[in-house]
Amino acid sequence: MPEQMQPQQNSRETLSFYLVGAILLIVLPLLNVLPAEESWLRVSDFRLNQFGKFLCFAILALGLDLTWGYCGVLSMGQGVFFGFGAYCMGMSLALGIGKESVYGSDLPDFMVWTQVKELPLFWYPFKSFAAGILGAILVPMIFAAIFGFLAFRSRIKGVYFAIITQALAFAAWLVFNRNETRLGGTNGLTDFKQLLGYRLSEPSTQLGLYMLTVVALGAGYLLCRWIVASRAGKVLVAIRDSESRVTFTGYTPWIYKLFVFVVAAGLAGLSGMLYAPQVGIITPAQIGVLPSLEVVIWVAVGGRGTLIGAILGAVVVNFARSVLTNYFPEAWPFILGGLFVVVVTMFPDGLIGIIRKLFSGGPPVASAAMPKPQTQGGR
Amino acid sequence: METNKSQEIENVNLTEAPSEEHGSSRREFLGQTGRVAAGVGVAALLGNLGNYALSYAAGGPPIKIGILHSLSGTMAISEVSLRDVVLMAVEEINKAGGVMGRQVESVVVDPASNWDLFAEKAKQLLLQDKVSVVFGCWTSVSRKSVLPVFEKNNGMLFYPVQYEGEECSKNVFYTGAAVNQQAQPAVEYLMSPEGGSYKKFYLLGTDYVYPRTTNKILRAMLLAKGVPAGNIAEEYTPFHHQDYQTICGKIKKFAAGGGAAVISTINGDSNVPFYKEFGNQGLRAEDAPIMAFSVAEDELRGMDTTALVGHLAAWNYYQSVDTPQNKTFVANFKAYCKRNNLPDGESRVTDDPIEAAYFGVYVWKQAVEKAGTVDSVDKVRMAVYNQKFLAPGGTIMMDCCNQHTHKPVIIGEILKDGQFKSVWRSKGLVKPEPWSEFTNPEKGCDWITHQGTYQKK
Amino acid sequence: MDSQSLRWGYFSRMGIRRLYGQCKGGDSVTKGFMKRGPCALAIALLIPLFFVLNVAPKPVNAEGEASNLAAVSSAPALSPIEQALADLSSENAETRSAAVALLIEKGDASLIPKLDEIRATADRLVRQAIKPVVDLLKNRANLTSELPDYRRSAASDLASTGRREAIVWLQAAAAKEEVWWVRYTMEESANLLEIRSGDFAAQQIAIKKLGELRSQNSVSILKELIEAGKAAEATEEQKTLMSAASGAILEIDAWSTKATIIETIFRGISLSSILLIMSLGLAVVFGLMGVINMAHGELMMIGAYATFITQQAFIALLPPEHFDWYFPVSLPLAFLASFGVGWVLEATIIRFLYGRLLETLLATWGVSLILMQAARVYFGDLTAVIAPQALRGGAQVMVGVYLPYNRIFIILLSIVCVVGIYYLLFNSNLGLRVRAVTQNRNMSACLGIPTRKVDSYTFAFASGLAGIAGWALTMVGNVDPGLGQNYIVDSFMVVVTGGVGKLAGTIWASLGIGGLNKVIEPFSGAVYGKVFILIGVILFLQWRPSGLFAAKGRSADA
Repeated sequence: MPEQMQPQQNSRETLSFYLVGAILLIVLPLLNVLPAEESWLRVSDFRLNQFGKFLCFAILALGLDLTWGYCGVLSMGQGVFFGFGAYCMGMSLALGIGKESVYGSDLPDFMVWTQVKELPLFWYPFKSFAAGILGAILVPMIFAAIFGFLAFRSRIKGVYFAIITQALAFAAWLVFNRNETRLGGTNGLTDFKQLLGYRLSEPSTQLGLYMLTVVALGAGYLLCRWIVASRAGKVLVAIRDSESRVTFTGYTPWIYKLFVFVVAAGLAGLSGMLYAPQVGIITPAQIGVLPSLEVVIWVAVGGRGTLIGAILGAVVVNFARSVLTNYFPEAWPFILGGLFVVVVTMFPDGLIGIIRKLFSGGPPVASAAMPKPQTQGGR
Repeated sequence: METNKSQEIENVNLTEAPSEEHGSSRREFLGQTGRVAAGVGVAALLGNLGNYALSYAAGGPPIKIGILHSLSGTMAISEVSLRDVVLMAVEEINKAGGVMGRQVESVVVDPASNWDLFAEKAKQLLLQDKVSVVFGCWTSVSRKSVLPVFEKNNGMLFYPVQYEGEECSKNVFYTGAAVNQQAQPAVEYLMSPEGGSYKKFYLLGTDYVYPRTTNKILRAMLLAKGVPAGNIAEEYTPFHHQDYQTICGKIKKFAAGGGAAVISTINGDSNVPFYKEFGNQGLRAEDAPIMAFSVAEDELRGMDTTALVGHLAAWNYYQSVDTPQNKTFVANFKAYCKRNNLPDGESRVTDDPIEAAYFGVYVWKQAVEKAGTVDSVDKVRMAVYNQKFLAPGGTIMMDCCNQHTHKPVIIGEILKDGQFKSVWRSKGLVKPEPWSEFTNPEKGCDWITHQGTYQKK
Repeated sequence: MDSQSLRWGYFSRMGIRRLYGQCKGGDSVTKGFMKRGPCALAIALLIPLFFVLNVAPKPVNAEGEASNLAAVSSAPALSPIEQALADLSSENAETRSAAVALLIEKGDASLIPKLDEIRATADRLVRQAIKPVVDLLKNRANLTSELPDYRRSAASDLASTGRREAIVWLQAAAAKEEVWWVRYTMEESANLLEIRSGDFAAQQIAIKKLGELRSQNSVSILKELIEAGKAAEATEEQKTLMSAASGAILEIDAWSTKATIIETIFRGISLSSILLIMSLGLAVVFGLMGVINMAHGELMMIGAYATFITQQAFIALLPPEHFDWYFPVSLPLAFLASFGVGWVLEATIIRFLYGRLLETLLATWGVSLILMQAARVYFGDLTAVIAPQALRGGAQVMVGVYLPYNRIFIILLSIVCVVGIYYLLFNSNLGLRVRAVTQNRNMSACLGIPTRKVDSYTFAFASGLAGIAGWALTMVGNVDPGLGQNYIVDSFMVVVTGGVGKLAGTIWASLGIGGLNKVIEPFSGAVYGKVFILIGVILFLQWRPSGLFAAKGRSADA
């Protein structure tokens, strides 16, 4: 890995980690609270909230970067794990609404209009908030473990794996859209009122959630860096570059793949968990094929194979989306599609690659992220 | 081929060049990642700055309104027309001197058919752009997702599409139909001798809140009217469902022996495959008519209508409504689309949600003028109540207290040219019931004498 | 030397090799092909463009106003019957019902054309008023009509009038009838009328007969009879009828189970053929180049839009009687349009990404987003084409089994495509090259096969296949920007399940997935059906990781 090849860079990364952490965790919240309402320095509640959402996405992107950028396993179903996390959290929040709901019933609103008389069994655990948090991380991990076990053990890889995960995203989208699933159908879960007694409509609650997201992102980043720097991390990169050689050397690649896949799912769950209370709604629209693919584009734009790239990509693309859709709404799909094409064909190292090339002139970071053109068809 | 080759070579050279140029450029002080990170942090600030700059540059007296319709994604097909008509209404109002002498300035945002983005864009309109009123939303999901935002920030939303009811928010004005202004009269019509005395009903819909709730109410109504449960079938398909073979087979079996009607709440692009399959499996409009609540002129535009002719729909307005103000409205809308080079220009049509979106703007204008202010949402809201307006389809009236609109109900039959022929019309305006008398007889909605939803004695 | 420049070096070498290949020229087949490529492209792009510019989407209907006028202008006629005919369209309900009574009393078969004319253009109220008149009068003319369809619908309409006088007519017509299912409907209708007659003996016979006919239409009335027989105050006669009716229902149910099974199989095959026709192109490209083309669905969409544009052009430029020809004409256009776009796609994007499978997947996904949005911006609305007369309706193959023509057509088309591809692959020089490159790219290159060209035209050809799939799909669904997305995930599953490089795998996989889907759907609903299929595929891949028909090879990475 580049990080190891240039020891100097390692300290630089640590420095920038603290710097970014300080900006995100201290400066922005201060700018939200201190300056006067109309001052240009003030970061409005809306912006802060929006930024919190982007950082949630960054956590999601981190996970995908770990599997795709480092291990070469492209999952086009990250949205599903994100959804699991968000729904687990959402269920806890929905049960927290209590009698404040439109229908004044103990049950969540959608159950009233789908004529569900009793709380379905699988909802019961989520009456406890701790179960919501735990579930948000564990459910995706367990699911990923089962799915990954089946897929990796039978050596489904590369494009095959990508397609299977895409089908997974599609199937999950269909299932979550069904009202029979008892998760709110297309409407999803919304109209959350409070979280552990704090009103979600209060700016202070949102500020707290934002800071929590920053901390989670930092922790996620450190975890990923630790994995990448470890021995296992090296095996991951080796698997990406040539799986068969790794096999011949005596490793069992599928266990490593399963491991990162599960970790990525956990990160996705974490990001979903933080997303639900901040945005205030979770619907199947976040689970489907396109949202799952958008995660891929964030990572590709930022620069895969570099953790910071994933974070950068998630924030930049989402920020661009939120700004550009205001001015050129109909152009956004063109831009997104164009980004896919341009980044993949011309800038495989993404933004990070461009920046590094501009400043250091060193070799592109993730050159290894792109396997050398190999002769095809020899199967 | 020649050009192709040279292009390729050029390509290679072009992209190779920069890497050499910057090959030995200056070294950096800070970690480049640090730079990036600082950039990330500043990005949020920049966004802010831009907004401030814009608002100061604009300054002055115009009244800002927000338009929150999807302009991209799957819902764009329906929602773009609503944006167009709201902009047209704004243009008309501005030409006529504005609202209280102030021009109206519209802020158009695109939630891209993404329900989460709806909430974010609503926040942006209310908090960032500080608009006085928002016209927007189509699907019930999108409305449900922005509802908390409007309630939290005391905004005002005009929602122009027929919906399932069971909602009573003081921050939303519903200019579309409630269930008792569309679905209920339609089914009553089918049961009447005039409508064909149908006895069996197949309730078929796309799986989301509007069909589910509507069918829940219809089922309760049918049971109350003595239709045996065995004569009611209910079925839901996912969004964008294309393969209706199995379902049409079921309907054929259900309809065997006659006296059956299909009540369709199928949404959007699933309609064509459904109607095609229906006709191809040998079912005819005379034997088993389909009564649709989500098929209007705008959806039929450019569609192959041969499979649909003779089937029915229920709305509160059709382009074919014969009033002088409607003729002007339709002509104006076509001219507006042509003038602004919108897709399809003059061949655009109007339909129920388009009309509802249009008169919503005028109702708001009248209310603002009555209240004498735009700054207080509560004052404007009070002024909206009982407001009357001569809409293209006839005079409509805002209810005294429940946020909904009194409208006429018209059953229409689909003609070959994608227009509707009215076959039945309600006497006068139908009073909206947000809470259906069949499923929630004990509930009412009133923001004058009660605080929203209340228990009837 | 860093790997960046290595890569550029690789590209330049690619360019040189290509250059070399082109100067030398491959064999004559590829050369001809490459020459035709740009022409085909130009035609494919220009023709639709021309039509679009001149004939932007217009409301589909132009006909049908004239007959309306005719009906109105017949008003001043003198005879009472003609007066009554005119009165039918009156807005006044009383006038209308008087006219109806008069027509039933005095009318004869010669009125049918006029009535039909009115009915075709009338609104619902008038239709309702006319229905009894038409139902009764039509039978005399239509029971002896030339067209079996007319005879049959006349017979079934008669059943719903409930008028006894029709029984005799129906029986007489049935005796002369030659088409079995028309005769069937006539007998069924006669007996349905008989059963309502209240004449005990006739009812008994009718019940027995309806049971033998397996008449699904009689189930509701038979159930009524059973209800009546169960009632406490039921007479002996009613009880006898009840037992007869329940016997008949048993017979009918047994038969309808059979019919359902047959229809389910047909639906399964129909869905399979759609999946197959879509997956063929995908499978060929995947097998040959290892490229997963995510934009395949959008290439289909282009084919569908080409069909739509052709239709618009026919409506605008040609007299209506030629209208149905638009469909065959649009076949080559749809193929060429998609072929052209595929060719451009290959030349501009895909060729830079050979060997980087995941990257092609992402890049083509980007292309698909762009194409979809382009269609949305340009065509805007939901549009659909009008099926030609021959593909509307369906065929009654046996009692209770009715097969729509459009579905049969797609099944046949998929068979033709499969046969065509087999022929191309195994009976032509071109196919030989494609197979050679698929099996061993390096070796083929050494033997002088211009592999890049093979790639390029195979990709374009597969795109053309997608165009044909889009053309066919216009017969079942609408033409909208999301057209490709609806089936694309399923067809990827087909390719994955089928395995790479063998067409047989694709065929069996699409049959399996489509068939299974339709078998599960009645029990689980459409959604869970799809989920079960996914689980099934994952489990299946446990057993056969590289699909049904994996190509044999020695590579460990295969």
